[in-house]
Amino acid sequence: MREFALIRAETADAAIAALTAHPNARLIAGGTNLVDLMKEGVETPTHLIDINGLGGLDDVQARGNGGLMIGALASNSAVAWHSDVQVRFPMMSEAILAGATTQLRNMATMGGNLLQKNRCFYYANHAARCNKRAPGSGCDAMDGVNRMCAVLGTSDHCIAAHPSDVCVALRALDAVVHVTGVNGHRAIDFADFHKRPGDTPHVEFELAHDELILGIEVPGLPFAANSTYLKLRDRTSYAFALVSIAAALKLEGDTVDDVRLAVGSVGTVPWRSADAEDAMRGAPATAETFAKAADIFFEGAIPRAGNGFKIELAKRAIVRVMETLKERAI
Amino acid sequence: MAASANQLRINLAINDTVHGLDIDPRTTLLDLLRETLDLTGTKKGCNHGQCGACTVHVNGQRVLSCLTLAALCDGVQVRTIEGIGTPDDLHPMQDAFIAHDGFQCGYCTSGQIMSALAVLEEPWGPDAAAIKEAMSGNICRCGAYPNIVAAVQEVRKGLEVDRNA
Ligand SMILES: Cc1cc2nc3c(=O)[nH]c(=O)nc-3n(C[C@H](O)[C@H](O)[C@H](O)COP(=O)(O)OP(=O)(O)OC[C@H]3O[C@@H](n4cnc5c(N)ncnc54)[C@H](O)[C@@H]3O)c2cc1C
Ligand code: FES
Ligand code: FES
Repeated sequence: MREFALIRAETADAAIAALTAHPNARLIAGGTNLVDLMKEGVETPTHLIDINGLGGLDDVQARGNGGLMIGALASNSAVAWHSDVQVRFPMMSEAILAGATTQLRNMATMGGNLLQKNRCFYYANHAARCNKRAPGSGCDAMDGVNRMCAVLGTSDHCIAAHPSDVCVALRALDAVVHVTGVNGHRAIDFADFHKRPGDTPHVEFELAHDELILGIEVPGLPFAANSTYLKLRDRTSYAFALVSIAAALKLEGDTVDDVRLAVGSVGTVPWRSADAEDAMRGAPATAETFAKAADIFFEGAIPRAGNGFKIELAKRAIVRVMETLKERAI
Repeated sequence: MAASANQLRINLAINDTVHGLDIDPRTTLLDLLRETLDLTGTKKGCNHGQCGACTVHVNGQRVLSCLTLAALCDGVQVRTIEGIGTPDDLHPMQDAFIAHDGFQCGYCTSGQIMSALAVLEEPWGPDAAAIKEAMSGNICRCGAYPNIVAAVQEVRKGLEVDRNA
């Protein structure tokens, strides 16, 4: 690990000042992603700014409108087991508990989870080409081992899949990321927070160097009480997803009244399709409707040699999840 | 690791003993325990957060010491396997691991026991399936899993009996 100096920030302003003073500084929260990448030599900060001393950012506040405000420093465990999260947004609790392990979730913060790096095999492999790690070097995943890679939102320069579980739920729930920096506070829609690779795969987030995440707002959505998260992976626990589904369903008789659907590990960012949801709204809540929506969801998907299986797997998983939610809604 | 110009001082309690230490900020809690304090009961398996051999408790919660920077542990309470029981006076969880053959080579065992103790305080359901999930962060190359689950369940049921008595 490269040498670095530690700066302990007690306030957001102090953290912003330290970021501004040091262009190669990184904030550290739980450290579960950053410390690992520092050991790998992928992250080589000159300064680490410890934000764990920032007060008031580690709780989950219930909002009157049925929503939540989740502090950036709340641990993944605390959020997953929080009763308001479990009751109002079960998909979120289930997504967190499907990720990593208790030890990691106890350490990992919500802000850090949003900013976790991809798990493409070539990213931390210095012998390989990777446009995220070394911009302009190329992408060895294109024709290499791309079983875990994305089929949606890819570019000629990067096909790494977004690995987070909870971000899939937050995408389905239209969460809002609250950040602060030199130019003050701003609120970023979850849909804009993660960036597709395009021509600049190394630019991954809508977040400036001087900005830090304060919290994640989850707007009230009563029918999200009927929601769930399904994660399919190579082993039952402690593995990143091959595909994952976060969905919520509201019925009006036998008809789909409202629906939310996001799919994880198939896109370069947590993926959602307005067309797929529109195709379900007002349609009969049948397997045919769900299968049609699943087809629409993956229109335009570009499989590589190793990851084409994800498309059929995800389509079937969508149907299964929607059928499950339909039974629960009746 | 060469000495760093960025040395910093931390104070932390390990198994109820307070230590004031000057450390290189790159030091992980795992290396601090094993290399500096000679508390070698905590094991290094993968060193990348993937195996659970390095599990310890920080402020009462189980964490991975290999991904924890010691520099971020100023003022915390750490508990390691050395603070759980002694050879003459084993903790009931340690007794249960022996009774159920919950290990073979023993390399993963201190991490398994630190996780198992934390599980007793966590909101998991009562059945064995919940324990398998709760313990999935502790890999055992010898494959002692069924016996580990049995040991944890025995201790949980014992607690239940105590609570109802
Ligand atoms: C073995 C292993 C398995 C895992 N499995 C899964 C899984 O199955 N599913 C899953 O979703 N995740 C998984 N993870 C990833 C894990 O969820 C993330 O590592 C964790 O959420 C990161 O949070 P952290 O607080 O530890 O972040 P850190 O490592 O502290 O930081 C990560 C990044 O975020 C930045 N950052 C942190 N907080 C802020 C803030 N408030 N404002 C601005 N920037 C900030 C840091 O500068 C850094 O760049 C796994 C990790 C490991 C090691
Ligand atoms: S040594 Fe820490 S998880 Fe393997
Ligand atoms: S007993 Fe050998 S690794 Fe678990």
